[in-house]
Amino acid sequence: MAEKSWLTEFPEMDRSDLISIRKTLDGAYREFSRTYGDSIEAFFDPLLSFLSGFEQLLLNSPWWLVLGVITGLVWLASRSWKLSGAIAIALLAIGYFGMWEDTMRTLSMITVCTFMAILLGIPIGILMARSDRVQKIVTPILDVMQTMPAFVYLIPVVMLLGIGKIPGLIAVIIYAIPPVIRLTNLGIRLVDKEVLEASTAYGASPLQRLVGVQLPLAMPNIMAGINQTIMMALAMVVIASMIGVKGLGQPVLKSITNQYFTLGLLNGLAIVALAIMFDRVSQAWAKRSQQHLESPHV
Amino acid sequence: MSELISVRNLYKVFGKNPAKAMTQVRSGVNKQELLTDHNHSLGLKDINLTIDRGEIFVIMGLSGSGKSTLIRHFNRLIDPTEGEIIVDGIDVMKLRPKELEQFRRKKMAMVFQRFGLLPHRSVIENISYGLKIQGVKKAERLEKAHQWLETVGLNGYEEQYPSQLSGGQQQRVGLARALCTDAEILLMDEAFSALDPLIRSEMQDQLIELQASLKKTIVFITHDLDEALRLGDRIAILKDGELVQLGKPEEILLNPATDYVEAFVKDVNRARALTVETVMQAPVNRITASTIGEALEQMKKIPERYGYYVSDEGYQGVVLQDTLEKAVQTNAEASLKEGMVEELEAVSPDAILESVIPDTLETDYPLPVVDEEGELQGELSRSNLIEVLGETSRQAA
Repeated sequence: MAEKSWLTEFPEMDRSDLISIRKTLDGAYREFSRTYGDSIEAFFDPLLSFLSGFEQLLLNSPWWLVLGVITGLVWLASRSWKLSGAIAIALLAIGYFGMWEDTMRTLSMITVCTFMAILLGIPIGILMARSDRVQKIVTPILDVMQTMPAFVYLIPVVMLLGIGKIPGLIAVIIYAIPPVIRLTNLGIRLVDKEVLEASTAYGASPLQRLVGVQLPLAMPNIMAGINQTIMMALAMVVIASMIGVKGLGQPVLKSITNQYFTLGLLNGLAIVALAIMFDRVSQAWAKRSQQHLESPHV
Repeated sequence: MSELISVRNLYKVFGKNPAKAMTQVRSGVNKQELLTDHNHSLGLKDINLTIDRGEIFVIMGLSGSGKSTLIRHFNRLIDPTEGEIIVDGIDVMKLRPKELEQFRRKKMAMVFQRFGLLPHRSVIENISYGLKIQGVKKAERLEKAHQWLETVGLNGYEEQYPSQLSGGQQQRVGLARALCTDAEILLMDEAFSALDPLIRSEMQDQLIELQASLKKTIVFITHDLDEALRLGDRIAILKDGELVQLGKPEEILLNPATDYVEAFVKDVNRARALTVETVMQAPVNRITASTIGEALEQMKKIPERYGYYVSDEGYQGVVLQDTLEKAVQTNAEASLKEGMVEELEAVSPDAILESVIPDTLETDYPLPVVDEEGELQGELSRSNLIEVLGETSRQAA
């Protein structure tokens, strides 16, 4: 048989080589997770107990109390009776259709994920804004995080930490954190140069500039980033249910495999209701805290 | 007056490798060549100047002349490529970051062209911002801020946000914020350039009025020569990063150093920019005698047929040779004071030329120029006026 020409066939590497590469990498990673898996799991223990505790709190409190507290928080943030009433009705409907527990699990998951994403994302965003070099390094990583199919980075997380809440949490954070980082960076970079210069001219230290000028003026952008992060975390909940995260995602997954259209639709609508709640509340709050930007005087 | 700010051999090159570009600059490469051949921009070239305590020092130039770059060197918002900046004995370049912060807090306050106010803070918080940075307690800094708020005439606007104010009001907040820190030096970067002409002139008046009582050292940047002449005790003119002339306003008006300055100066309304003092002549026609006879003797020695009578109490009025000649025939020993001296309104050396033009034209003799103590300083004739004002119309034509 004549040798195949590289002009007609792509010069592939040998099949056995590829297999051995895969085997070596997989083996090395498996070895790594066997050795360090336990200690890494222990590292995340506080986070797990925080997540579980919050979930238990939501599940064990009487439903009317939880409903009341959520409605109250919505009112505090938005000062709108219409929005608060709509949220209360949506929660009542969710409970009536038997999705209360799943919704509480998802709510606690989203709350903790968002909290963690903000806690990690804003400092990273600040570092990016302060140094062009950090920005150059972090931006491609964020691009990868956002475009890599979520299933792909579930694999190493599951190999390392098994199935459960923490791997789910990590997957959701990886998926949802880029917007808050990007928009914190952008927001700080867009702060009016003259205002910042004025602050420097009056002798403000770097910390005084950050806290007194840059963060407050970047707030509209940061809030938009947080809003996006919440939305992406909610979208990730269904995928995270594949690795054992309980909540509204699991019934959806069950519906897909069993073709239960109504079950899927109801749980999907519950996720939508949560999304609308988070979105409207965070936006209303952001708008209220930025009142000085609406100038009646032009 | 003692020297407060001193700048020596200051160079600023913008670009990737300023140190290398500096060797080119020193070997005589000009701004244009540096930009096209070496891709570096020459911001300032060999600036030397000193600013005295208590003066309004105006730095004037068109956009791109380096004036905003220069003012930012005083508080090191921009670091020089080479050169020395001494402020009140402190070598600004030798300050470490923490010392630099303290220096900026205590020594200088700055007013910006587009105000640079914090949009998320109220007017009163903006005014007290400098004190907040210094760590002054809230009650104390708000009280002080209130005083300055009143001084700039913004009573009742305490809780407004900057976006709710007009441009002029916002700049008053900027000015109050600068004054609130009690810093000795005020840096004003095109502070009034963004305002309407009327508001601008109002703000200039307010600044002059404030300066009369505060006696700060003010470094004022502008591209407007009229503004420079109105405010400046001394004016430095920059062109393409070089200092082309430094002097008192009248020196710049009357003796422009280069064609560039002359082109600038020719459109200035001299009648409004110059004071009597700069145009008047020394008083030669001075009569000090007490009797008519002696006065006539004095009068004959001077070139004119009139004189200004000056007694121990200062300037009294004008005396005419004709009147004296008539009177001397009746009684040469009589006192000059009685009936011989005609009253003639004197003008102040600080008066703007425009304001004395009507008087100068209406009066038969040159006007006496008398200072606040009543001393005769000089005289202002029609020909003086025509000489100075006529030059402008000729140049403008």
